[in-house]
Amino acid sequence: MNWACPLPLRHYPHIVMGHGGGGRLSADLVEHLILPAFGGQSAGALGDSTVVPPIAGRLAISTDSYVVRPLFFPGGSIGELAVNGTINDLAMSGARPLYLTAGFILEEGFPLATLAEVARRMGEAARQAGVRIVAGDTKVVGKGQADGLFINTAGIGELRPGVDIGPCQARPGDVVLVSGTMGDHGMAILCAREDLEFDGQLESDCAALHELTEVMLDAGTIHVLRDPTRGGLAASLNEIARSSQVGIVLDEARVPIGEKVQSACELLGLDPLHVANEGKLVAVLAAESADAVLAAMRRHPLGRHAARIGSVTGQHPGVLAAKTSIGGTRVIPMPLGEQLPRIC
Amino acid sequence: MKYLDEYRNPTLAKAILAEIHASVTRPWVLMEICGGQTHSLMRYGIDELLPPQIELVHGPGCPVCVTPLEMVDKAIQIAARPDVIFLTYGDMMRVPGSEGDLLQAKAAGGDVRFVYSPMQALEVARQHPDKQVVFFAVGFETTAPANAQAVWQAAREGLGNYSALVSHVLVPPALTVLLSAPENRVQGLIAPGHVCSVAGCADYASLAARFQIPIVVGGFEPLDLLQSILMLVQQLESGQTRLENQYSRVVSAAGNPAARRMVEEVYEVCDRRWRGIGELPLSGLRLRRKYAGFDAEVVFGLEAPGVEEDSECISAQVLMGQKKPTDCPAFGIRCSPERPLGAPMVSSEGACSAYYQYKLVAP
Repeated sequence: MNWACPLPLRHYPHIVMGHGGGGRLSADLVEHLILPAFGGQSAGALGDSTVVPPIAGRLAISTDSYVVRPLFFPGGSIGELAVNGTINDLAMSGARPLYLTAGFILEEGFPLATLAEVARRMGEAARQAGVRIVAGDTKVVGKGQADGLFINTAGIGELRPGVDIGPCQARPGDVVLVSGTMGDHGMAILCAREDLEFDGQLESDCAALHELTEVMLDAGTIHVLRDPTRGGLAASLNEIARSSQVGIVLDEARVPIGEKVQSACELLGLDPLHVANEGKLVAVLAAESADAVLAAMRRHPLGRHAARIGSVTGQHPGVLAAKTSIGGTRVIPMPLGEQLPRIC
Repeated sequence: MKYLDEYRNPTLAKAILAEIHASVTRPWVLMEICGGQTHSLMRYGIDELLPPQIELVHGPGCPVCVTPLEMVDKAIQIAARPDVIFLTYGDMMRVPGSEGDLLQAKAAGGDVRFVYSPMQALEVARQHPDKQVVFFAVGFETTAPANAQAVWQAAREGLGNYSALVSHVLVPPALTVLLSAPENRVQGLIAPGHVCSVAGCADYASLAARFQIPIVVGGFEPLDLLQSILMLVQQLESGQTRLENQYSRVVSAAGNPAARRMVEEVYEVCDRRWRGIGELPLSGLRLRRKYAGFDAEVVFGLEAPGVEEDSECISAQVLMGQKKPTDCPAFGIRCSPERPLGAPMVSSEGACSAYYQYKLVAP
């Protein structure tokens, strides 16, 4: 961590209740730690809200809270997640993300240097994505009342004219694409949290997907976009099947899964289709657009391993089925809750 | 993935399937004993690819499912104590007791954690000398050696704050009851490969001889299961009743003598209640008297309250292969993984749960 503590914060290596009290300590925290990281305005410009110029098109709005443990993991941290996660939620309705807000809930005693590193990573992720963090808030709760650091981000994006993407839009005859390998984020977090060691490190796929969705929208008409986060691909496709009242048939052998993720899942008795992703998307679109969109995805760095994995049918509405690798069929259910490793 | 993809090869699977289709002339009822095998059969849709003459019924081999209700209640009781860190294999967390499960005990403030091995539990005990660290030692012959070793190691180190809540079950006594039942329909058995890798094959050879039934020790991958089914069909069609070992890359006739010695050192055979089935004589393992100081039931002085199981549930017949999950009027309606009425619905490897997950079309 390369953060050098600026003068007014030097007496406080850890968060104290006063950092959330709205007084000078709060102001110091925002002015000397948060704002420099986000690369923005001077403190003098801070009001109770931020005013932005008019936006021409329809707006997409989303919010999400981030409570990941550990805070830092191979491939990212809660900072990148908080920025990219909300960007991705906006991108999945076909919007170009413009502005984010960030709210921090801090536990008394949380190291300031860690907060600085998280904020730096948030600023860096936002800059890379071309999105501005324009409003924020910090609150402090007593020791033991939170687990270190929680972040909420909300975002606003502008929709492209003519785009109509939503979970109800899948139609029989459509095809299903994914942008890359499944399960990387969830398995990286699990292994980092539980100190599990496998041959070679598992890395989170955490990334902002709005540029990938832009090239996809340029290449063809898309009916549904989802980022398969919690519950993985299985949850996303089940939701699409239910919302659109269609059946979805997955060709299991075609779903890209990294070898390390596959091995770790085998060992722990987990199903990679139920494991979370943070830098992948699933798209449902008309068969005639599929080749062009798939080619466009594969030209983008985040879509190199994109694949056609299934199709939409009028049969068994609301149900996700799979053609298994040896030619059988099965239903893929909506995951119940958290996946738990099996005994044997 | 090396060592696994070979056993999931679609071309080879088709070839074995063709051979099964060519070999079968009459109807046969086969049972896979282990929950892991049930799970694999359903996950790959193997049952649908078999000729209609072959009926698969599913055995009692899901250790999570058959852990008795009163043991789950005891676990929840211990986990709720403020001086306890309670450790368990992950899939025991959601198994319902008479009231609630371990996940709910955790939500209510209990320190409940899941571990991948009892050795991790020992480590927690070393790190927290001020706490009682209790490990929920469940499972068949497969998990018994490691669980036994943890107790043995704790005794050697004098780790007074480590104890095990032991509820091990043994496969052969359950099979004896199953095959002796007048209602038994099972004509061929796929024996649990991982259990045999520890316990060896002798008990299964005796069962094959005593009940005049072919038994194949089988693995867990699609090709293992298809080959095991083929071997059973070939025996049945030619009137043989031998023990064969399909899973020879893992299982030897003698099993694992070192592991068996460890089990023998720490555990003794006892009568055990099986959830969904009832009390089976000499079907469980408990800690020997000299390890009583590491027995959570002794440490916490727990009484075993008799608990009634749900009367609508037909789990005994399902676990004994007499009925299919879908024969149950409550299946998928009043009984689901969210609200299980009985043993085979509680873990993902239970037969009812496997049917619910992989077969239930149109909710």
